[in-house]
Amino acid sequence: MAKKENVRKMGGPGAGGRQMLQKGAIKTLNKGTVKRLLSYLKAYQLKLVLVFVCILISTLASVASSLFLQTLIDDYVMPLVGALAPDFSGLLHALMIMCMIYAVGVISVLFYNRTMAVISQGTLKIIRDEMFSHMQELPIKYFDRNTHGDVMSHFTNDADTLRQMLSQTLPQLFSSVISLAAVFCSMLHLSIWLTLLTVGFTFLSLFLVKTVASKSSGYFVKQQKSLGELNGFIEEMINGEKVVKVFCHEQKAKEEFLVKNEDLRHNMSRANALSMLIMPMMGNLGNVLYVLVALIGGAMGIAGVMNLSIGGEATVTMGTIASFLVLSRNFMNPITQVSQQLNSVIMAMAGAGRIFELLDEMPETDEGTVTLVNARETEDGRLTECQEKTGIWAWKDGDKLTRLKGAVVLDDVDFSYIEGKQVLYDVDVFAEPGQKVAFVGATGAGKTTITNLINRFYDIEDGKITYDGININTIKKRDLRRSLGIVLQDVNLFTGTVMENIRYGNLDATDEECIEAAKLVNADSFIRMLPKGYDTVLEGDGSGLSQGQRQLVSIARAAVADPPCMILDEATSSIDTRTESIVQKGMDNLMKDRTVFVIAHRLSTVQNSDVIMVMENGRIIERGSHDRLMEKKGKYYRLYTGATE
Amino acid sequence: MIKKLSKYIRGYRGLAVITPILVVLESLLEILIPFVMADLIDKGIYGGSMDEITKYGLLLILAAFVSLSFGVAAGITAPFASAGFASNLRKAMFEKVQDYDFMSIDKFSTASIVTRLTTDVTNVQQAFQMIIRIFARAPSMLVFALIAAFRVNHKLSLVFLISMPILIVGMLIMNSKVMPIFERVFKNYDKMNNVVQENVRGMRVVKSFNRQEHEIDKFDAVSGTIFRDFSKAEKTLAWMAPMVQFCTYLCMVLLCWFGGKMIVASGNNEILGLTAGQLMSMVTYTTQILMSLMMLSMIFVMLTLARESGKRIVEILDEESLIFSPEEGIKDVKDGSIDFEDVTFEYKHEDQDGLLTEGPRKRRKALFHVDLHIDSGMTVGLIGATGSSKSTLVQLIPRLYDATEGTVKVGGRDVREYDLETLRNQVAMVLQKNVLFSGTVKENLLWGNENATDEEIRHALKVSCSEEFVDKMPDGVDSHLEQGGSNISGGQRQRLCIARALLKQPKILILDDSTSAVDMKTDAQIRRAFKEEMSDVTKIIIAQRISSVMDSDKIVIIDHGRIMAQGTHEELMEGSEIYREIYETQNKTSGVDLDVEGGAL
Repeated sequence: MAKKENVRKMGGPGAGGRQMLQKGAIKTLNKGTVKRLLSYLKAYQLKLVLVFVCILISTLASVASSLFLQTLIDDYVMPLVGALAPDFSGLLHALMIMCMIYAVGVISVLFYNRTMAVISQGTLKIIRDEMFSHMQELPIKYFDRNTHGDVMSHFTNDADTLRQMLSQTLPQLFSSVISLAAVFCSMLHLSIWLTLLTVGFTFLSLFLVKTVASKSSGYFVKQQKSLGELNGFIEEMINGEKVVKVFCHEQKAKEEFLVKNEDLRHNMSRANALSMLIMPMMGNLGNVLYVLVALIGGAMGIAGVMNLSIGGEATVTMGTIASFLVLSRNFMNPITQVSQQLNSVIMAMAGAGRIFELLDEMPETDEGTVTLVNARETEDGRLTECQEKTGIWAWKDGDKLTRLKGAVVLDDVDFSYIEGKQVLYDVDVFAEPGQKVAFVGATGAGKTTITNLINRFYDIEDGKITYDGININTIKKRDLRRSLGIVLQDVNLFTGTVMENIRYGNLDATDEECIEAAKLVNADSFIRMLPKGYDTVLEGDGSGLSQGQRQLVSIARAAVADPPCMILDEATSSIDTRTESIVQKGMDNLMKDRTVFVIAHRLSTVQNSDVIMVMENGRIIERGSHDRLMEKKGKYYRLYTGATE
Repeated sequence: MIKKLSKYIRGYRGLAVITPILVVLESLLEILIPFVMADLIDKGIYGGSMDEITKYGLLLILAAFVSLSFGVAAGITAPFASAGFASNLRKAMFEKVQDYDFMSIDKFSTASIVTRLTTDVTNVQQAFQMIIRIFARAPSMLVFALIAAFRVNHKLSLVFLISMPILIVGMLIMNSKVMPIFERVFKNYDKMNNVVQENVRGMRVVKSFNRQEHEIDKFDAVSGTIFRDFSKAEKTLAWMAPMVQFCTYLCMVLLCWFGGKMIVASGNNEILGLTAGQLMSMVTYTTQILMSLMMLSMIFVMLTLARESGKRIVEILDEESLIFSPEEGIKDVKDGSIDFEDVTFEYKHEDQDGLLTEGPRKRRKALFHVDLHIDSGMTVGLIGATGSSKSTLVQLIPRLYDATEGTVKVGGRDVREYDLETLRNQVAMVLQKNVLFSGTVKENLLWGNENATDEEIRHALKVSCSEEFVDKMPDGVDSHLEQGGSNISGGQRQRLCIARALLKQPKILILDDSTSAVDMKTDAQIRRAFKEEMSDVTKIIIAQRISSVMDSDKIVIIDHGRIMAQGTHEELMEGSEIYREIYETQNKTSGVDLDVEGGAL
């Protein structure tokens, strides 16, 4: 059963992304995730190198600009003070050089920003596409386990956290590291003692920030939990809103909502407040550092303490201290920036972790080798493979061709969805080619499960299923499914025209063939009544059509696929009887000359089947034709007549 | 819209007002701090005076401390205010939705209401937090820095007059280019969501038709569009940083050139012109001015994005329900008789999001001049094709909708005269699309009657034929149900829903196709129990199976919103062709052959 931990709704980019921090988010910040994420950037290796070079240039340019300023004033302006005829050519010359440096800096920023946009979006596309392709190969089990909302949020929310990180955080991190290094070297150049002081103080402040951050992440976890609870509650109540109203339960719903809403407010405000403390803390700690350096440096200078720098030993000059003060500010800035980005990194890692979880899901295994091919019968009655459609199909195992007849046998099959909860016991079914086999019984008796096993949505635990004498485990899944048409109770149509929806069954079908299929199943007349006929665009799962019409389109879709074997799972149960008779006629046409498995509630729809299997609690308790079963006066008889014991 | 939303700041108005003030004060100090720093360098370091260093150092620490306090305070008030605001919004919306009539619920699909209550509120909350912090910070930084710059040297400040317009124009152009792209991006996001959703929902179809590649192609197309548009948008936005840098550098070069000349001319004397320290402060202000301009422009982008969400929230809050309880409503329902007197009904709401998967889609008439009388204690069967408005008809009885014309009476009085809660408690309805909630079986049943005793619960379970399977569950009535009751079968769910309605001990019980997943035997059993245990309750049963309504006192056939025939089974077999037709389809063995063209599609 899919348990909803956290209802994540889809929305625009970034919607709710900021609140995606989940339990253990910090833990996901492991090397594996980072490494794997970076591996996606490989496609852009060359561009990335260029980007990093540009970041390097632009960062150095901006570091240079702040350092250069002091030199500029000291070397080109101050000496001129008091001169009678000041010569500004030196200043002009220096400024020209600066202009050039700036120009290069600006251009590199522009270049790397634009390139990063392409890289980050491109990487996202690669990841999304990979997720989607991978998802196509996942077993049905995965979709049972996860809610639609959860699966979808991988494509939006989780991917968005990555976008933020790739396009903004990554370049910023890199540029911060570079400017830190550059400033650090310049500081060492000025004074080792003061550098040590600065670094020591920085570590101290980082420790403080870490304390606050870890506290806030605790609240983030709580916030996430209450957010999940509230959203879950909202979803449940709104979905059942009509029931709420019928039972006059509004007041109680409001009360319960209030508690959860207040809980979220409480945790949310605290989580955000704590995380917002980091900025002013770092900024003002920078100011404190400034004063510390001024005091200690000043004292050193006045006392004439010997200064140790990379350049050697000399007395501390006031000019050195002034320059160092500027540097100390530049040292704190990138650290502040990085600590601000921390949240986004954690969130991106959590998002990446969830994306990788999806990508790591084991795809459906397919060890089958037998394929389905078109065949032609030679005069001596042997089969040969051919490309064009002949109406004759054959199973191809190595060189051996077996004619497809549609004999499906379930031999002593056991099955359970969840280990330990067996739902099918010793099921035996023999479907002769062209036979119509029906399953009846209460909901939960295991009827649908059997059909799910035949097309291998799930794999059986024990027993054997054969198709024309071939164990279905040795048939390639795709070929097996190609041979089985399926019409389900819950109709799923896709956005697109009616024609496109029918063609879904066979992408090579011409318009004429689609219309032919629609006619065969009695769908043609209503489709022609639609505003644009076959070109009417269906949206939102065909919401403009009635249940019966949607079902007809789905039957036409199965008809155009023209499979040798069909599964009809409650295809008519949500349709009223009058409509059903039309749908039924369509299906009767479809069922001719095929092996068909029918599941139905309404016994009237199955009574003309060749064999009826009556199921109860995962076992077949009666089997036979309608007449035989009626004679027997057993369970079927009671079901049919509505009689009680 | 803003006016409407701002109403919900109440309770946090103090915080919301104080935050910008704190932010303004904080930025004021951030502007002042460079002043102190300049003095510290000029007078302390270059002056070689430890006293001055200490003095300005202490002053600086004091300023830093005050700035920190303001910053921290704003960092606390802002999230508290915005979380409170969001909580108010959610509360208002949720309560509003609780007061919606069915018409309004139909208007917004449930998915859309949920998104509005969650994602949209989050978007608005973030925008709000930004407004009260950065929206106060950016302009005040701008103004303070400009003032400070002018005070230092007004001639040099003219540099800003050159750079600011360049930046502003550049940003305006950029924003105007980027907004339409972003709007496109959002639409494409919806498209992508749609492809993924349809794919996940229809996974069995995809797999059985082997359409994986086809689906991947579809997805690639839309993800490709997103890639192109989004990278285009980001590439446009990529101009922002270099533009700001360009202007900053431009200012710096100009400042150095003219400033350098001024320093030389004045002999580095503050009174005569400019000092080196002052020039350094001017450079700091340059950065602050241009950065605050950038912040402003970013806010505008964010606000535009949040505007959509704001609109969607207001739509929820503005929706006016038409059904509410009358003052002094009647609190007693005399008996279970029902009268429809010339009732016409029309669905009015347009579908807002195209997301509706059921229910009315357009303005359309659903019932035409319906006249029907049902005696108290009668069992009435309603049959008709899908879309024939059977459900609509019965939903008028507990006033889930109000008749457009004509009157619906219960117990001889117009339903609109009753106190709504009384009416709905006396008219128990089991909806076609019924829902169980996460919680124990018992908790779900208590919805019907909070004060139900264990015996009453037992009895309801017995009548609805649920006793047997509930007892088999691990913890009996205390067993846990997942959301939507997904851990029990469809038929079991339906039976529990009936039990829940029975606990109301209503005068009228309406079952809207509520036993479709229950096998015939159980169905018959339930009906028998109804007859025996609840003979004085009026029962209306909508069903697909004729066998479910065959033994009713009265069977009503509805088609296209009109009553086609009514009477007992025998009478209808005699007099109604439609009825006979349905009966034969359902009860004759195979070989069904109906007039297809005249069918109900």
